[in-house]
Amino acid sequence: MEPPLNFSAVFPEAILLAGACFILVADPFFTDRSRNSAYWLSLLCLLAVAFAAWGPLSDGAVEYGFGGMYLTDPMTAALKLAAILATAVTFVYAQGYARLRNMWRGEFFALGLFTLLGIMAMISANNLLVIYLGLELQSLSLYGLVALRRDEPRASEAAMKYFVLGSLASGFLLYGMSMLYGGTGTLDINGLAHRIAAGQAVNLALVLGTIFVVAGIGFKLGAAPFHMWVPDVYQGAPTPVTLLLASAPKIAAFAIAFRLLVEGVPQLAVDWQRMVALIAVASLAVGNVTAVAQTNLKRMLGYSTVGQMGFLLLALLAGVVGGNTAITAGAYGAAMFYVLTYALATAGCFGIILLLAREGYEAEEIADLRGLAKRSPWYAFVMTLLMLSLAGIPPTVGFTAKFIVLQALVSEGGSPTTWTLAVVAVLFSLVGAFYYLRVVKVMWFDEAADSTPIVAGQDMRITLTANGVLVLLLGVLPQGLLTLCYGAVLRALGG
Amino acid sequence: MSASFPWLSFSIWIPIIFGGYLLAVGRDGRPGVVRAIALAGSLVSVLATVPVVLGFDPSRGGLQFTERVAWITNPTAHYYLGVDGISLWFVPLTAFITVIAVLAGWKAIEERLAQYYAAFLILSGLMIGVFCAADGLLFFFFFEATLIPMYLIIGVWGGPNRVYAAIKFFLYTLLGSLLLLVSLVYLYQASGGTFDIAAWQRLPLGYTPQMLLFLAFFAAFAVKVPMWPVHTWLPDAHVEAPTAGSVVLAAIMLKLGAYGFVRFSLPIAPDAAHALAPAVMAISLIAVVYVGFVALVQTDMKKLVAYSSIAHMGFVTLGFFLFTPIGVEGALAQMISHGFVSGAMFLCIGVMYDRVHSRNIADYGGVVNTMPRFAALMMLFAMANCGLPATSGFVGEFLVILGAVRFDFWIGAIAATTMVLGAAYSLWMYKRVIFGDVANPAVAKLKDIDGREFVALGLLAVAVLAMGLYPAPLIDAMHASVADLLAQVAHSKFIAGNL
Repeated sequence: MEPPLNFSAVFPEAILLAGACFILVADPFFTDRSRNSAYWLSLLCLLAVAFAAWGPLSDGAVEYGFGGMYLTDPMTAALKLAAILATAVTFVYAQGYARLRNMWRGEFFALGLFTLLGIMAMISANNLLVIYLGLELQSLSLYGLVALRRDEPRASEAAMKYFVLGSLASGFLLYGMSMLYGGTGTLDINGLAHRIAAGQAVNLALVLGTIFVVAGIGFKLGAAPFHMWVPDVYQGAPTPVTLLLASAPKIAAFAIAFRLLVEGVPQLAVDWQRMVALIAVASLAVGNVTAVAQTNLKRMLGYSTVGQMGFLLLALLAGVVGGNTAITAGAYGAAMFYVLTYALATAGCFGIILLLAREGYEAEEIADLRGLAKRSPWYAFVMTLLMLSLAGIPPTVGFTAKFIVLQALVSEGGSPTTWTLAVVAVLFSLVGAFYYLRVVKVMWFDEAADSTPIVAGQDMRITLTANGVLVLLLGVLPQGLLTLCYGAVLRALGG
Repeated sequence: MSASFPWLSFSIWIPIIFGGYLLAVGRDGRPGVVRAIALAGSLVSVLATVPVVLGFDPSRGGLQFTERVAWITNPTAHYYLGVDGISLWFVPLTAFITVIAVLAGWKAIEERLAQYYAAFLILSGLMIGVFCAADGLLFFFFFEATLIPMYLIIGVWGGPNRVYAAIKFFLYTLLGSLLLLVSLVYLYQASGGTFDIAAWQRLPLGYTPQMLLFLAFFAAFAVKVPMWPVHTWLPDAHVEAPTAGSVVLAAIMLKLGAYGFVRFSLPIAPDAAHALAPAVMAISLIAVVYVGFVALVQTDMKKLVAYSSIAHMGFVTLGFFLFTPIGVEGALAQMISHGFVSGAMFLCIGVMYDRVHSRNIADYGGVVNTMPRFAALMMLFAMANCGLPATSGFVGEFLVILGAVRFDFWIGAIAATTMVLGAAYSLWMYKRVIFGDVANPAVAKLKDIDGREFVALGLLAVAVLAMGLYPAPLIDAMHASVADLLAQVAHSKFIAGNL
């Protein structure tokens, strides 16, 4: 039986591809005066993609395309919408910064949209090669974006580092995938699980392959000990690119981790769960402790990401594979909630940095936020909410996310190991609270170093405000998003 | 009385809404408007708590005025509120102290006024939320959230060393509460999926889980109370906080920790509580005696009152761990009284600080000559602080000492030294500051308290005297709930074969 091509499964991606190509071609014809056209066209394109991707979320349909290589279901729809939103927010936040630095051009938007295309392919991929293709499309676009300011030495260094380490990671992942293929003879994710369950697989190749896959995912998430690129790239890349780098690709990395580990090789859970546990603890420790010593805000957020990914991995290993479906869905639903809310808070943080940046001034040191509460109480308030959310303190959504992850980690009574992991995670979030609080301290307690008025467009102000309010609102009333995450994961697991 | 009207929600959300409104519209250019909104907000909040007090049925144990709405479905948590005889009085107390706090900052604060008052109003709502929460997760939510406004209050409007004090305050208390979070998650699992605190209190638990839970609770609540030896954040926080911040911190925030003991530690882990009671009593007595001596030698008035707070809170924890109605009710009465008295003491110091800008005892002397009305009021509070009969301070201390003597004569005897020590440090400070000849030109130029200060101190004085002269209604409302609590605590939770 040969399933139909079913182009409707890739409808959103097709729109995105067309939009990105159109912008690339049309850009040379935009004059300096109509420079904003590319921006509005990109947002329009993203809006159209979002509409197209919405479908499965409302009707819960599961659809396969290209002979089972491509898949859409409520989970892919939710993750895609989050990634689309993150990209759109990136464009909005980037406006002032990019304009002053000669980045406000077609390449920026086209590369951003291609990144999104890669991310959407990764989210929907149901085949090892499609995952890899999506990953490479995303990574190559991002390499280009990081290097967009090629006259800036630090950006070039970051791009080089990102490129070398990123290629290495892709190599790892590909190598792992080839072993999975060698061990089972199939590239299909569901096929992998079936072959293994049927006992038609070579175990040694599978275990080795899984190790490489985990390492590759670790690289892409930026989890310790594969995190070396994170701080340098976060600091060196132009801030809008860091924002893009820090939000949407994490959503994609979550998706491929879910596909490869949970759906692909659930039978090897005992092997990869142990590895993931080690990586999680290492990330929590390295990320949180090293972040304390940072003075550069972007670098600090880089290390903080490492720590946050540790928490995310805890949720991923918490799912009891093959056990109670409700509890499994609880764990991966928690992970999904975590990654979405993390992306939300992180986007806001870089948004604030972009808000404060102006010509010849990056506002990327923590000290640059000094006295923000006096210059602009409202944005100081928003940034406070974002920091508290990343630190996991109620009433922000970061607390809810951390709480449900802990909850999932010890569900069904837990074991001494999971309880230890929970306590370790909690103690490192105390360390985390210290450096997040330092940002709050700098904003509220210190005197302003400069009193330049904050200029920003209306769209940026509204988005940034919505971003902060959402962090608070989802913290107080998380049920809607939680239901969405649990439902989507349950559907993806075939419930 | 059936509580169809959500008075508790009103008590929680009215101050928060007023605070949010101030944040949104308050302009520092129009301080009069900001102050008026803040005062109105705090007064309306007090009004919202009146029906709770009037409608409370003292003959019943268990929660009253309950509200229960699904909040999060997986894991299952509810927006579940209710008060019983233990938590009842803290609701109006919090709202009342917020009025005092608003009045206290009336003139002293000139910068970022709207944010300042917003922080206090939001803090007030959150603290009332802690006392009303009947759902463990909701409790934690409020409990943690209170840290943020207080952190900002100390850090933005505090003294010279405010940054250090604010961060120390935050991290110290956060460490404890994170362990609390883990134990809440454990209880959720162990109870088969509920955050209902009452269900946890009925939950059978083995010895080891009880011990671990008790220790985790202890980490959270002992830091907050604070008990010796984890009290070191408190003097720093008090000294650096603005006057109103100190008032709220001492009067209400410390009670959150003590309240946690009666709500969580005792009924959820009763066997562990019994096993560890001697240790808790010992450190409570150390707080009473040793910290009392520490208070004696302070040269900074705020530090002195801060240490005296720790000593008084030692009484509270001692009373709880006697496991008798007299002890627990005495401890609760002490908590309420300390709310009035410590608030009043910090306010008095604030009154003087606003004029002289010094907290050093040595910079004062003979204040009575220039501020007679103030001296009279402060006399009352100093007396209440050392537990003079007819003041509120006497009720709780007397009950706890009575309970302690019945439990063991020597514990009672050691606890009773507070009567001497408290008198020593309170009255000695009072003597050095207020009596004697006018010490220096600054004191000579002092103006007596104005109408606003008189109202604030007068309200507190009335409360202190009323509670001291006629404590019966206060204590009566507690009986049923305390009896329930003690029945709970007396009942071992061991499951056969699960020791």
